[in-house]
Amino acid sequence: MKIAVASGKGGTGKTFVATNLFNVLSRRGEAVTLTDCDAEAPDDLLFFRAEKVSETEVTHQVPVINKDACTWCGRCSRWCNYNAIFYVPAAKVIEVIENLCHGCGACTFACNSGAITEKPVLLGKVTKFMTDGGSKVVEARMKVNEMSPVRIIKEAIKESGEDGVVILDAPPGTSCPFIQTVDKADNVLLVTEPTPFGLSDLRQSVETLREMKKTPAVIINRSDIGDGSVAEYLAKENIPLLAEIKYDPAIARVYSEGKLVTDEIPALTSLFEDMADKIIEGYGTGSNQR
Amino acid sequence: MELAVISGKGGTGKSSVTAAFATVGERLVVADCDVDAANLYLIFNPEHNNEQVYIGGHKAVVDHTLCTLCGICEGYCRFDAIKEINGKIVISETSCDGCFFCSRICPMNAITMVRSDKSRMYSGSFRNGIMVYGRLAPGEENSGKLVSMVRDEAKRVATEQGVPVILLDGPPGIGCPVISTVTGVDRMIIVTEPTMSGLEDLKRVFEVARKFTGKVGIIINKCDLNHAMADRIEGWCTAHGASLLGRLPYDSRVTEAMVAGRSVTEMFPDAEISNIIKDIWNNLSTNGK
Repeated sequence: MKIAVASGKGGTGKTFVATNLFNVLSRRGEAVTLTDCDAEAPDDLLFFRAEKVSETEVTHQVPVINKDACTWCGRCSRWCNYNAIFYVPAAKVIEVIENLCHGCGACTFACNSGAITEKPVLLGKVTKFMTDGGSKVVEARMKVNEMSPVRIIKEAIKESGEDGVVILDAPPGTSCPFIQTVDKADNVLLVTEPTPFGLSDLRQSVETLREMKKTPAVIINRSDIGDGSVAEYLAKENIPLLAEIKYDPAIARVYSEGKLVTDEIPALTSLFEDMADKIIEGYGTGSNQR
Repeated sequence: MELAVISGKGGTGKSSVTAAFATVGERLVVADCDVDAANLYLIFNPEHNNEQVYIGGHKAVVDHTLCTLCGICEGYCRFDAIKEINGKIVISETSCDGCFFCSRICPMNAITMVRSDKSRMYSGSFRNGIMVYGRLAPGEENSGKLVSMVRDEAKRVATEQGVPVILLDGPPGIGCPVISTVTGVDRMIIVTEPTMSGLEDLKRVFEVARKFTGKVGIIINKCDLNHAMADRIEGWCTAHGASLLGRLPYDSRVTEAMVAGRSVTEMFPDAEISNIIKDIWNNLSTNGK
C-alpha cells in the first residue's frame, strides 16, 4: 500500500509526519519504505542514519543536430512544442536549447534526413538507502538548475516497490510534481495548519484530489495556532481528521536538529503510534495477507 | 526594480515577509508567483479585480471511433502516458506532457490536443498599491508559463501607473516555476528557517539564485526555534559570500495578523520583528535606487 503525505502549502509538516510515521512502523518491524518525492528539496535522509545501497541516474534523450546533414526543412523545429530548437534558416543557424527540451523525441522522428541523433542528459538521481533499523529509504533528487522533477519522482516511486507500506513524502503545491506523486498513492494524508494560508491551500489540494477521484484524510499540525476555520471546513466537507498535533517549541527544536520526535518525546511517540494504528486498521498494509 | 522572495523549503515565511515588506513603504506592485498555492490575496484583499483567462498546457485526447489500436502512439510516447487497457487506448492526463508527438504520428488522426482554460490571472488595487496573482486550476500543469504571465502583467501595470518597485512572492522549490520567477529580477531575497531542512534547501536554492543575479540576500526567519542552528546558517552565509539581511524572531503575532487579514508590520508596528523587517526593507529599497 502506498500512502502519500502531501500538502498544498509548504512547511506544514509533511516531512515531519512522513519521517516519524516511517520511524514507528519500522520500529514495529513492519515492512515499510520511505520515499522522498520532494526532488527539488529532499530532506528525509537528514533524519536517519542510513547506508547507501544503490543509485540510479535519471536521464532523458536530447537531440543532437548534425548541421552537415541538415537540409534546412525546419520540420524538427515545427514539431517541437517546447521551442527548444532555435532555427534561423537564412543565417544557417539551428541550435538545440537543452534547458527547454522535454526529451519527447518528436524532432528525431520529424527529421527526414537523418540529421538528428540523441544523447542522454542527466536530470537527477534516485538513491536507495537502508536505515540502521533495516528499512528502506528511497530519495529522488533533481539536479540543481533542472526544470522538472517529474521523471525523477516517477523513477523513485517505481524503485520503491510494492512491499508493505510505502510512504511517499510529496512535494508542496498542486501542480505536476504533486500530481505525479499522489497519482500513484492508494491513500493521501494532507498535512495542514489552521491558518488562512493553510486553509486556502488545503482547499486547492482537496479539489485537485477530488478531480483525481481520491479522498484524503487530514492531519492538522500546530493545531492551536491560527483559527478554527480548517476544522469547520473539514466537518462541512466530511473529510476525516486523522490527528491534531499542537504547537510545541520542543517539537520544533527536535525537528530543527534533524532528529525524530518519535525517538525523543514520549507523548509524540504515542500520537504517531496511534496514527500508524489508524492507518493500518483503516487501509491495511498490503502485507497482511501473508 | 523587481525583487523576488524565494525559499527552497516551503513554509519558511515567504508570504508573511512579503506581505510585511509590501506594507511598510511606498506604493508598489506585488505579484504572487506561487500560482499553485497563491495566498497573499488573503491579506491584501485586492479590489476591482481584473480577471484574465490563462490557457494552460495541452493534453492528448483519443477519438475512439477513429482509433484502430495500431499502438504506434503507445510505442513512441516517452512519458509512459499511453496504454492499451481492455481494447481501448487510454491516455493518462497526469502523465501526458502535451508534446503533440502522438497527435502528429497517428495514422488515423484520432488524437487531438486540447487546452484547459480553467486557470485565471487577477489584478487589482490593494491598500498600498496593486496586486497581481495567478491561480492555477486544480491539477493544471505549466505553472511556469502562468508565472511569466503574472510577471508581465505586473510590469505592465507598474509602467502604466509609474510605480518603481515590483515585489514578487515566489513558490517553494527550485524547479520550473521558481526559475520563471527569478529570471531577470534585480534582487533576490531567500527566506530560510533555522532547521537542518532549512539549511539543506537554502544551499540548493542559493545555487540556482546566484546563476541569475549576484544580488542575493538571506533572511533567517523564526530564529527562536533554534539559535544555534541560526548561527550555523549565518556561518554558512559568510563562508559562501551570501549576504545576511537579517534574523527575525519567532513571533506568533505573525499568524495572529494573518488571521486578521493584515501583515505583522501593519497590526503590530512596534513589535521587534516589525522593526527588523522595516530596516531590511529600507536598506533593500535604498540600495536598489
